[in-house]
Amino acid sequence: MEAYLIAMVVFAGFYALLALGLNVIWGLGGIINLGLAGFFGVGAYATALLTVRAGWPIWAGMVAAMLISALAGAALSLVVARLKGDYLAIVTLGFAEVVRLIASNEIWLTNGTDGISNIPGPWRGQVPPGEFNLIMLGIVWAVVIVVAALLARLSHAPFGRVLRAIREDEMVAAVAGKRVLAFKTIAFAISAAVLGIGGALYAHYNAYIAPDGLVPLLTIYAVLALTAGGTGRMSGAVLGALVLVALMEGTRFLAAEIPGLLPVQVAAVREMSVGLMLILVLRLRPQGLLPERPPRLAQGATP
Amino acid sequence: MLEDVLQLIVNGVMAGSVLAVPAIGFTAIYAVLRFPNFAVASHATIGAFAGFVANVYLGLPAPMALCFAFLVAGVFGVASDEVALRPLRNSGPLTAAIASVALTIVLENVIRFTFGNDLRGYDLPVYRDWRMLGLRIGPQQVYNAAVAVIVMAVLFGFLAFTRTGKTMRAVADNPTLAGIKGIDAVKVARLANFIGMGLAGMGGMLIGLDTSIDPLTGFRVILSVFAAAVVGGLGSLPGAVAGSFVVGIGEELSLLVLDPAYRGAVGFVAILLVLSFRPRGLLGERAY
Repeated sequence: MEAYLIAMVVFAGFYALLALGLNVIWGLGGIINLGLAGFFGVGAYATALLTVRAGWPIWAGMVAAMLISALAGAALSLVVARLKGDYLAIVTLGFAEVVRLIASNEIWLTNGTDGISNIPGPWRGQVPPGEFNLIMLGIVWAVVIVVAALLARLSHAPFGRVLRAIREDEMVAAVAGKRVLAFKTIAFAISAAVLGIGGALYAHYNAYIAPDGLVPLLTIYAVLALTAGGTGRMSGAVLGALVLVALMEGTRFLAAEIPGLLPVQVAAVREMSVGLMLILVLRLRPQGLLPERPPRLAQGATP
Repeated sequence: MLEDVLQLIVNGVMAGSVLAVPAIGFTAIYAVLRFPNFAVASHATIGAFAGFVANVYLGLPAPMALCFAFLVAGVFGVASDEVALRPLRNSGPLTAAIASVALTIVLENVIRFTFGNDLRGYDLPVYRDWRMLGLRIGPQQVYNAAVAVIVMAVLFGFLAFTRTGKTMRAVADNPTLAGIKGIDAVKVARLANFIGMGLAGMGGMLIGLDTSIDPLTGFRVILSVFAAAVVGGLGSLPGAVAGSFVVGIGEELSLLVLDPAYRGAVGFVAILLVLSFRPRGLLGERAY
């Protein structure tokens, strides 16, 4: 039971990173990205290939994963620079599918649908599995807290204010002399870097990565975590991830309680409930548990 | 070589005409409701399975099964929109779009819950391919393409000549003006959902007719469907048809240089190319 709880909190950390990555681009910048699973996959595969095939140390693989993911994000952002809203939703969703196609079919590189196994983890094999899980718990949540703190700092810095201005009205931001495209590209890259770290940590924890892990459901998990927690707030993203895992594990026990279900039906019930939860949250509490606070006025300013 | 290319173009035209059915559905919903409804993926699957039930369990011939697929997917489309998406439309098109991804996952799992993950095939007579002028043509593909053309003709006739069709076009063109003229936007939205999701369902079954179906049938073609609609110009019905042929032929011609597994990526590349050089799409009027 204890091992299970630890594993779930570790997973909450991955969802927290996904939600944080989404929050930079969607929460602050108002730019939709439904290709989260794609960047998660880029990060996971980058570190898996570098550590397994090229024998890089884990930390180097993770840094590289972050950078490669950031580059992919910047590149995608430049390609879609002129697109907004609905078109962007389609293109980013398509991006994730293309990543999955490549991962499934470039067998020489990614081992296809069999995936890459035996990805090293920090001290895996040198310590008992229980301790390994604790170590990963510490590492994942340390990364989550550092990333959340840095992003929270960023969102109150001038950079974050400009992003919010772009979210509210791109034209006004441009008229005020802000280079909108540059801000968007950097935000996209930061967001992708966070998603890439999440993917890389997942790969090292799980020791195995396959294209099946990059389904659009992952993107839905992240959107659900962020929306439940509170779009725009970094603490909201982290809280939302914990709530998401609690809800999802709740459905595991609930689905197991229903008698006479086949395993495939149990899995279907769980995925169904995740989708339903997102629709309900959007309907009932779209601002999330921790809503974004309106910016405080500078001292002496009159509202 | 030339014959190979011709063969691929023939295949592409057939694939494109089938692709046009769900692409029209997607773009029609976009035209009236102004958000990309990703739930077309699950409705294509619902249609494919409804047709399967009608064809295999009830023993209906394919044309009637196709009508059944249209009806069931259309009814599901109206009902799920009413329950899940309509209350969210005021929160903006992106909220509705995100919710539609969630909806598609819910519905896909309803299918998985009921039918499991197994591959299923329709009960159809198997014909030998026709050969003419050195080209190979499958009767099933010709049949599917013919069905698609008839459906498109009926739909365009409906929009051009009937009063209801004209109200739909009016709302798509200018919702405010249509409202002033006393057109009930809610009714038109329901109709758009019924027709759009019905077409998605029929398209799902048409695509399944010459292969097999499983709960991911709709999702697997969805990138091509989006690509067709975007390449043609989101919201433009003739555009969706043109885009479907571009994507259908493009996917087949890509086989000359690419591994077949990458057919799905062709649509994505087509989207990027068209949006970079002609952001409105081939026949669309609005892009950003």
